[in-house]
Amino acid sequence: MKSVINYFKEIYFGLKSLITGMRITGHYFTHPKEIITQQYPENRETLKMFERFRGEVVLLHNENNEHKCTGCSACEVACPNGTIEIIHKRVDVDGRKVKALDTFVYHLQMCTMCGLCIPACPTDAIVMANTFEHAVFDRSKLTKVLNNPGSKIMDGIK
Amino acid sequence: MKWLYDFSYLTRAIHEGLSTRFEPGTVVILEMVLVGITFMLLFALLGLVLVYAERKVSAVIQQRLGPMRVGKWGTAQTLADVIKLLLKEPLINKDADKFLFNLAPFVIMIAAFMAIAALPFAKGLHAIDFDIGILYVAAVSSLGVIGILLAGWSSNNKYSLIGAMRSGAQIISYELSVALSLLTIVVLTGSLQLSIIVESQANGWWIFKGHIPAMIAFVIFLIASTAETNRGPFDLAEAESELTAGFHTEYSGLKFAFFFLAEFANMFIVAGIGATVFLGGWMPFHIGSWEGFNAIMDFIPPIVWFFGKVGFMIFMMMWFRWTFPRLRIDQLLTLEWKYLLPINLMNIVLMAFLSLMGWHF
Repeated sequence: MKSVINYFKEIYFGLKSLITGMRITGHYFTHPKEIITQQYPENRETLKMFERFRGEVVLLHNENNEHKCTGCSACEVACPNGTIEIIHKRVDVDGRKVKALDTFVYHLQMCTMCGLCIPACPTDAIVMANTFEHAVFDRSKLTKVLNNPGSKIMDGIK
Repeated sequence: MKWLYDFSYLTRAIHEGLSTRFEPGTVVILEMVLVGITFMLLFALLGLVLVYAERKVSAVIQQRLGPMRVGKWGTAQTLADVIKLLLKEPLINKDADKFLFNLAPFVIMIAAFMAIAALPFAKGLHAIDFDIGILYVAAVSSLGVIGILLAGWSSNNKYSLIGAMRSGAQIISYELSVALSLLTIVVLTGSLQLSIIVESQANGWWIFKGHIPAMIAFVIFLIASTAETNRGPFDLAEAESELTAGFHTEYSGLKFAFFFLAEFANMFIVAGIGATVFLGGWMPFHIGSWEGFNAIMDFIPPIVWFFGKVGFMIFMMMWFRWTFPRLRIDQLLTLEWKYLLPINLMNIVLMAFLSLMGWHF
């Protein structure tokens, strides 16, 4: 007797689970507004990338062409695949030779967008931008210099 | 516009027009050719429309957009695909059995053509009206599996062979359920002739007139016919993730297109049989004595009713396909032999009892 009850129970719960699934897909079918596909080249003007998308590393500059990078190389050490190269120079500050940033070289072709360099930076000089159109015709264009020409460090950043 | 409601005006006009010009023997051959061309065009059109519909339905169910680039809303996508398939090189496996390999797609298509000939599309639009219509359709629609078995065997590819064997086991099992669920309604109609079955539903479709047993039979028919067309959760024969593409792994170009087209043609055929037997074929939807409502329903041409019902059935199959995960082979056979078949047999007894007591409408 128990097996007979189990047999019909199985049919009942089987049908119930099938209908649950069909209700979900039926909901999606009747709500085309919930479609998440973006038609990329067409909506290029209106497309807004997500805040947390990691596209490339940028060095922030303010309106006076000043950045916060001290050239400490913490990001270079943090990078797991040698994407960042910091080239130093020595500048005179109050008669002392002080280490400072000369060139911030960033190899986009090697970057895995892991974002480990961002928390490693003691002065919050670099951030991950959410740009994504990185295709170029020449590989050498992927090697970028992040500090603007003629830029210097912000006052008070050590 | 009279012919839109009764196609016998149109067919008789064609017949008389031909008879005045040719001898009777030639007329028969010409009419056969005409019917053949009509069905070929229908299949080509069905292929175009159903492939597009399938892609769009699956896309929306999965919260995608589907084809959008070729033409407005991607409507010309299947046309572009057809051109691509026509231009592709027809490859043949070196160790394949070349004769059977080339024969297989045609066997499948011939089975589909034979089955569609017996379908009543609208009033007077019916190629052959056999008095054993349902038996004929049930017998012929399962002939397609011979094509699948040939394709799997002649490809000289183990995946193809496994797919074909699975398909054989599946069709032998599920053919029973399809035929038995159709028999449930035949108990009520008392005839196997499809035109009589349609006529008997003038005052209500069997799914409503037959109460619970008819509903159960309809559900069983939907499940079993989905399995019979090798679709949806029962597509073990081509199971992409396990057997690459199963029996049509080795096919390319036009021959592959034939298999693809046959799948959709078979889907249309089983949907047509289901619509004819359970949902009243081309009969409009009537409610008892609501004269005004019935008149409005009569105004819609029968062919629109037929294709609407078939569209509904096809949509149900697509819904199944894109909702349920694929069954394992043992689950597939368990479902048939332990659940569908016993329920079906009990259902027929119940229906016979109902019919004897006159408890149906």
